[in-house]
Amino acid sequence: MSKIILQEVLFLILLVGFSIPLGLFMYKVMSGEKVFLTRLLKPVENCFYRLMGIKAEEEMSAKKYAFSVIIFSMAGFLFLFLLLLLQGILPFNTEGMKGLSFDLAFNTTASFVTNTNWQAYSGESSLSYLSQFLGLTVQNFVSAGVGIAVLFALIRGFIIKEKKAIGNFWADVTRAVVYILLPLSLVVAVLLVSQGVVQNFSSYKEITALQDGAAQILPMGPAASQVAIKQLGTNGGGFFGMNSAYPFENPTSFSNLLQMLSILLIPAALLVSFGKAVKDKRQGRTLYAVMMILFVAALIFTTVSEQYTAPSYAGVSYSGNMEGKETIHGVGMSSLWAVVTTAASNGSVNAMHDSLTPLGGLMPLFLMQLGEIVFGGAGSGLYGILSFVLLAVFIAGLMVGRTPEYLGKKVEPYDMKMVCLLILVPPLVSLLGTGAAVLMPSVQGWLTNSGAHGFSEILYAFSSMGNNNGSAFGGFTANTPFTNITGGVIMLLARFIPLIAVIFLGGNMAGKKPVAASEGTLSTSNGMFAGLLIGVILIVTALSFLPALALGPVADYFTTR
Amino acid sequence: MKEKSFDKSIILDALAQSFKKLDPRVQVHNPVMLVVYIGAVFTTLLFILSFAGIRDESAGYTFTISVILWFTCLFANFAEAIAEGRGRAQAQSLRSARKDVKAKKLLSETDVSKYTEVLSNSLKKGDIVYVAAGEQVPMDGEVIDGAASVDESAITGESAPVIRESGGDRSAVTGGTTLVSDWLIIRITAEAGESFLDKMIAMVEGAARKKTPNEIALQILLVTLTIIFLVVTAMLLPFTDFASRQAKRGAPISITNIIALLVCLAPTTIGALLSSIGIAGMSRLNQANVLAMSGRAIEAAGDVDVLLLDKTGTITLGNRQASEFIPVKGVTEEELADAAQLSSIADETAEGRSIVVLAKEKFGIRGRDLSKLQATFIEFTAKTRMSGIDYQKNEIRKGAAEAVKDYVTGKGGRYTEECERIVKEVAKAGGTPLVVAKNGKALGVIYLKDIVKNGVKERFDDLRKMGIKTIMITGDNPMTAAAIAAEAGVDDFLAEATPEAKLTLIRDYQSKGHLVAMTGDGTNDAPALAQADVAVAMNSGTQAAKEAGNMVDLDSNPTKLIDIVRIGKQLLMTRGSLTTFSVANDVAKYFAIIPVLFFSIYPQLSVLNFMGLTSTYSAILSAIIYNALIIIALIPLALRGVKYRELPAGKLLQRNLFIYGLGGIIAPFIAIKVIDILLAFFGFV
Repeated sequence: MSKIILQEVLFLILLVGFSIPLGLFMYKVMSGEKVFLTRLLKPVENCFYRLMGIKAEEEMSAKKYAFSVIIFSMAGFLFLFLLLLLQGILPFNTEGMKGLSFDLAFNTTASFVTNTNWQAYSGESSLSYLSQFLGLTVQNFVSAGVGIAVLFALIRGFIIKEKKAIGNFWADVTRAVVYILLPLSLVVAVLLVSQGVVQNFSSYKEITALQDGAAQILPMGPAASQVAIKQLGTNGGGFFGMNSAYPFENPTSFSNLLQMLSILLIPAALLVSFGKAVKDKRQGRTLYAVMMILFVAALIFTTVSEQYTAPSYAGVSYSGNMEGKETIHGVGMSSLWAVVTTAASNGSVNAMHDSLTPLGGLMPLFLMQLGEIVFGGAGSGLYGILSFVLLAVFIAGLMVGRTPEYLGKKVEPYDMKMVCLLILVPPLVSLLGTGAAVLMPSVQGWLTNSGAHGFSEILYAFSSMGNNNGSAFGGFTANTPFTNITGGVIMLLARFIPLIAVIFLGGNMAGKKPVAASEGTLSTSNGMFAGLLIGVILIVTALSFLPALALGPVADYFTTR
Repeated sequence: MKEKSFDKSIILDALAQSFKKLDPRVQVHNPVMLVVYIGAVFTTLLFILSFAGIRDESAGYTFTISVILWFTCLFANFAEAIAEGRGRAQAQSLRSARKDVKAKKLLSETDVSKYTEVLSNSLKKGDIVYVAAGEQVPMDGEVIDGAASVDESAITGESAPVIRESGGDRSAVTGGTTLVSDWLIIRITAEAGESFLDKMIAMVEGAARKKTPNEIALQILLVTLTIIFLVVTAMLLPFTDFASRQAKRGAPISITNIIALLVCLAPTTIGALLSSIGIAGMSRLNQANVLAMSGRAIEAAGDVDVLLLDKTGTITLGNRQASEFIPVKGVTEEELADAAQLSSIADETAEGRSIVVLAKEKFGIRGRDLSKLQATFIEFTAKTRMSGIDYQKNEIRKGAAEAVKDYVTGKGGRYTEECERIVKEVAKAGGTPLVVAKNGKALGVIYLKDIVKNGVKERFDDLRKMGIKTIMITGDNPMTAAAIAAEAGVDDFLAEATPEAKLTLIRDYQSKGHLVAMTGDGTNDAPALAQADVAVAMNSGTQAAKEAGNMVDLDSNPTKLIDIVRIGKQLLMTRGSLTTFSVANDVAKYFAIIPVLFFSIYPQLSVLNFMGLTSTYSAILSAIIYNALIIIALIPLALRGVKYRELPAGKLLQRNLFIYGLGGIIAPFIAIKVIDILLAFFGFV
């Protein structure tokens, strides 16, 4: 256990250490300031603008910004959808993969456009290399870029005074991809290749296994480049079906550490950018602290559960719950990964979540149900927690007898409407999806487990899609027309309703005159507010999901004890 | 509009109203309570269906649930009705003042002999009417000729008549008030339906009550929570259906229980009390004799962080008082006092009287027989700026330094430098110097001092703690102003204030993001009043001032501004605290209900039933009984408002979070357990 603690502490130190310089760098990039990469990448950036025929300096209203996001995402959606349907007749298809079925193509497209990366398919047996690198990898970049862009639109809303403009979407998304995601991915991809992650266009290799001499097919492909962005962009969709539990995606302890860091790096760094952008570092630090507290609590809960609540068998020395885990990662790094991937809206896995102990599995489920706000997705995590901040500010502001305000901007009915949309949609679609699934007559056939654990499998799947996480509990047959279509719709709703609400929230905030701070102003950067925020987050989530959790993991725990 | 306690009739009226408000057209305005209402209708239907053999729970249980839900609705209605009741009673007495009277409409402004009698409600803006003693002012207007004492008790509750006269700041009259003496010629400024009295009736009655922005924002949050709970509870049906099939035991949860659970979880406490809190806030303001023209204004008052306060009447007592006699060399203090007293005997102004009082206190100089002195008094005029007395060939004059200087030098006397120095010192210390001269010789200076009101300094300290800045507005010169500002402990001051300077000051603060409140009464205050975020016009003020402001203080007391801020803050705090309480309650209710809710499917979950509730039924019944009773229990708090303290935001939050957050979690645990024990004891479950 002490080794696990040491590893986990080391991980957190590295995370904080890397996030600070990256955060400052991202702030500069997104506000159009010069950085050390500017000379190298400015021509690339300008080339994009010329190609798309846009003026990067043009300030957009919320309406225009939202419209641009929708057009951009719709274009991406159509492109990927057609690519997946038609991959059979397109090049880079060494294994002769057929086009995907209509519902699977819809689900997969929705999944990657929404930065969810729920995978109802298995990469190595369903997708051509073209679909992987031109389709999915491109969406991995741009969907993360959209998240970061929209976050900055909201942040500008807090900074801008009495102007109805929140920046230019095209410039934001281009800068996020060109200066932040591409260079970081390049570094991570090279490091991954050094560890043995494959990166080629060769056809699958047939080998003879050492253990039993049986013939085995080894899938190949341009994996490293996609794995890097799958983690950095909090996407999570594995190149191979086994995701990061597969040696070709995650061969060593170092690659494991690198990937976990990559998952949380950008969401954590954005908190630093946020503090810098609103010219009050304490605001960023407070949110960082809140996320860190929730993260550490979840980590302790899961690790302890995995280490100590597994069944023990006579004659076998107890080693924690190793079912479904890779021995190279062990209980510690598998628990850490499970928490990291669900805290962030990543969803890649290095162990089988279905095999986690009931309470160990409860925590990743709960982290998703929080709305992916403990670090969360690239951009979306921070704008998600900001909606909770506004909610907390609203209640607390009333309690001190003033119209609530955050960062000097008043929180008024319009803002509350947007905040409520942000908070409302994910739990609603998760619950409704689960409800619809259990009503399906064939539901029993989709499950590998019965009883409370079976319910957990369904709840996990729809919580994962309904919060744009994308991780799978496993054990739930996802590739059915019902789940593909409902899931696809759920992912689109859970991503785009909050996203658009955030843009309009930013636009409305930008138009407001800032209120001067005084002794009567509620501080949003002290311990009490952090505590209140944690309380609000936990209560809202608990009230939404406690009954479902009681029927799932909690009942699972008590019935299998 | 003085305070009326809850008498029996208000309560009886509220009881009747609670049933009348069960009309779906009324219920539809409160989405949270609408859910309870629909739940009550639904369970009643389920109860009726049980006679047809369609049963999802025992008929008795369904019936009990439906009765409790109906009571929950009634309690919510009662809360609103009782808050409105107070306003209705006030409106009733106001209405009696709004009689249709015959008005004498003049054909010309000057000739009072030619008029036609018309009904007051047919008067148009700009009509000229004549009102004589004993008659009622037919409609709001501006006095254009005459002066009269007017009984305004119908509106202000104050029985002492006030003077209304043409020109100046006391020219506005209100329809429904009665002339006690003399006559007035009035130009009508409002038509029937839009008069001050009409507006007032509408406001106190709550008819004109529009939901304020903050109330709407809170409503959005409550509706969101309700939607979440609606889905959470509705999904329990498929979830438990699936779970019972998986566990091969138990049954899906009944619709009756789903409805009961939904009502428990929906934020009914705050939902039921939300409108009463708003009405009660308005009511408290009315009790302070302040009339807000909109609910928005009260909320804005809570946000105000800069108060512009007029020096005179708010910070200092209305009148200056003599506090010292400072003689020049060669003159004793007593001599000076004697001369000053003589010159002031006939001076009926408060300042003059204070000189007489001081002379008596210090040297025992008493009133004298004036006829013996054969004195003639010289009255103060704006031209001479001196007053005084001539007796037995003596001349005493007192007045402003400049005026007396001219007088002395004109008499060939010498106005010493020493005297000039004393004058400057007095001014520097915040006082007003009056120079006294006798027979062409300056004797010395009377130090007239502005007396800072008792307790204002402490009050300003409290305001500062809450982050509210106080700024004193005065016509005094900067030197005097600074001295008084320092003594009163205000944060800043505006000296030699002109209407333009006030307006600029307000704009300046607003552009820095502050919200500014001020009071005013004169026509020249109107632009500043219109600019301020919270503008309280004095009822004694001009029509222009009243129209520019968003509140009217019927007592015309400038100190009221501080009370208005308090009422505004208290209103928001009450809303926030009860919302917190309502949501915190849910946590406890979940812990009470969930472990026993799935008992039939997963008996193992009863380990979590650490409250030891008797059964699923008793847990649910206890929770919804608690849910209904807490509404009634909190009505007094909603009407009175949560306790208000002048504390910085952080401390206030800590306090209210502790009481209403933590209290909100603990209270239901205890109450539900007690109700459960009682139910079990009496054998209901």
